[in-house]
Amino acid sequence: MIKKTDLLQLSSINFAYGQTQIFADLNVGFEAGKVTAIMGGSGSGKTTILKLIGGQVSPQQGHVAWGDRAINQMKHNELYSYRKSLGMLFQFGALFTDLNVFENVAFPLREQTALPESAIKDLVLMKLHAVGLRGAQKLMPAELSGGMARRVALARAIALDPSLMLYDEPFTGLDPISTAITGNLIRTLNDALGITSVFVTHDIKASFKVADEVILLSRGTVTARGTPSELLDSRDPLVRQFVQGEVDGPVPFHVHSEAYRDDLKLESEERNW
Amino acid sequence: MTLITRILSKIGSATVDAVWTLGTASVFIFRVLSRSAIVLRRPRLLVAEMHFAGVLSLVIIIVSGLFVGLVLGLQGYETLKRYGSTGAVGTLVALSLVRELGPVVSALLFASRAGSAITAEIGIMKTTEQLSAMEMMAVDPHARVVAPMFWGGFLSMPLLAAIFSAMGIIGGYLITVVVIGVDSGAFWSQMQASVDFHHDILNGVIKSIVFGAAVSSIAVYEGYASVPTAEGVSRAVTRTVVTSALAVLALDFVLTAFMFTGVH
Repeated sequence: MIKKTDLLQLSSINFAYGQTQIFADLNVGFEAGKVTAIMGGSGSGKTTILKLIGGQVSPQQGHVAWGDRAINQMKHNELYSYRKSLGMLFQFGALFTDLNVFENVAFPLREQTALPESAIKDLVLMKLHAVGLRGAQKLMPAELSGGMARRVALARAIALDPSLMLYDEPFTGLDPISTAITGNLIRTLNDALGITSVFVTHDIKASFKVADEVILLSRGTVTARGTPSELLDSRDPLVRQFVQGEVDGPVPFHVHSEAYRDDLKLESEERNW
Repeated sequence: MTLITRILSKIGSATVDAVWTLGTASVFIFRVLSRSAIVLRRPRLLVAEMHFAGVLSLVIIIVSGLFVGLVLGLQGYETLKRYGSTGAVGTLVALSLVRELGPVVSALLFASRAGSAITAEIGIMKTTEQLSAMEMMAVDPHARVVAPMFWGGFLSMPLLAAIFSAMGIIGGYLITVVVIGVDSGAFWSQMQASVDFHHDILNGVIKSIVFGAAVSSIAVYEGYASVPTAEGVSRAVTRTVVTSALAVLALDFVLTAFMFTGVH
């Protein structure tokens, strides 16, 4: 499901980890300036989409394009140059444990720019202020709660003013207040910085509040794409099962297995009797 | 499948795995070396890693060197006493240390202390996605993390071996001259006359450089290639220590054969 207006496009993607096929002819796009949520069951390939966009993995077939730039065909230097325009928030923050909060946020600035120390300090404080953690600048990552660590990681991810933000499970393990704060930050940063945001999540309530558009993945392809209200009103059984959180439906409760009788060896035992 | 076919299949599979690992490790080390300019541009990264791998290993190197020297002195004295040449104990201690024990034992200690720490640090950075985060910030972990660690270990190793040998000689001096009463002049003068700078000391330094390269390469590779789980990192640390020890002993045999036995 790709629209003409999509700036970021993954077309005809085939991707497998070893023998495990994740995507078969996946077509999905993301509009510039929008906040898009990617949703789907565990193992549906949500995080893999972020890795494809970030160039961390390459598809066996297909194209990943940002405007007219083919991400999956970039050489090392070109890929690293492209990543300077990306920000990524990892599921558990991935803060550098030997650096304090200030130094974590300063890290990309020190590595990628030749700014004087005074400018770096100003920028870091601005980014920390944006996530409400200017007062925690001297703390070490081990002293932060899960939600705070995620916000520091967010400040670090936006340090270089990216044009595309990727969020991997930003709400996992957060209390309701931290979830609301994180959701609000995703929305506010996207609008204030005029960037494009893509996040993967299971959290329907939080994501439907934040996202402009939701993409639902299932069985290696896109099942539905639309605004949160369109998905809420959808009559598609799969969409309904996912949105309503129903136990059984098109996605079965049991994973594929042999017949129960065969597993229990009932027939052979009966014969022995 | 017959038993012979199964055995052959297992041998073949193990060989393919070993060659594959060696190839992957070679490509990895080449990549690290090709991105090593950072250690010249930002020497503070190198200094920090030399502190981590070298300075923090000093205690174990100094204490072990001292005890090895004490034991060498005692054993050497007891043996040489039978031939009435106890004055040569200084030569025995010095040659044993600078040619063999200094480079080899310090490399084994270095692998256990610093090599395991390097593997664990890189492995945990991988497990907690810190390396991925770096990549996504357009910072190459091969250059920013691995290269300084490799060069820090590589440069620390010969220095640690030299300190180990020096401490061993001091240990030998203490036990034979100060405690037993061997003549101090004979101890030092026979050592000075018998230990050749090029043949003995330089060859010992070359050995420690080779061991430093081997242990540092194994440590950074195992960390980077570790499975990103707690068990995976633990296995990688074990592999670093075991593989390094085997590599050091095997390389020592090859180097000794070329350096000291006239095999060319």
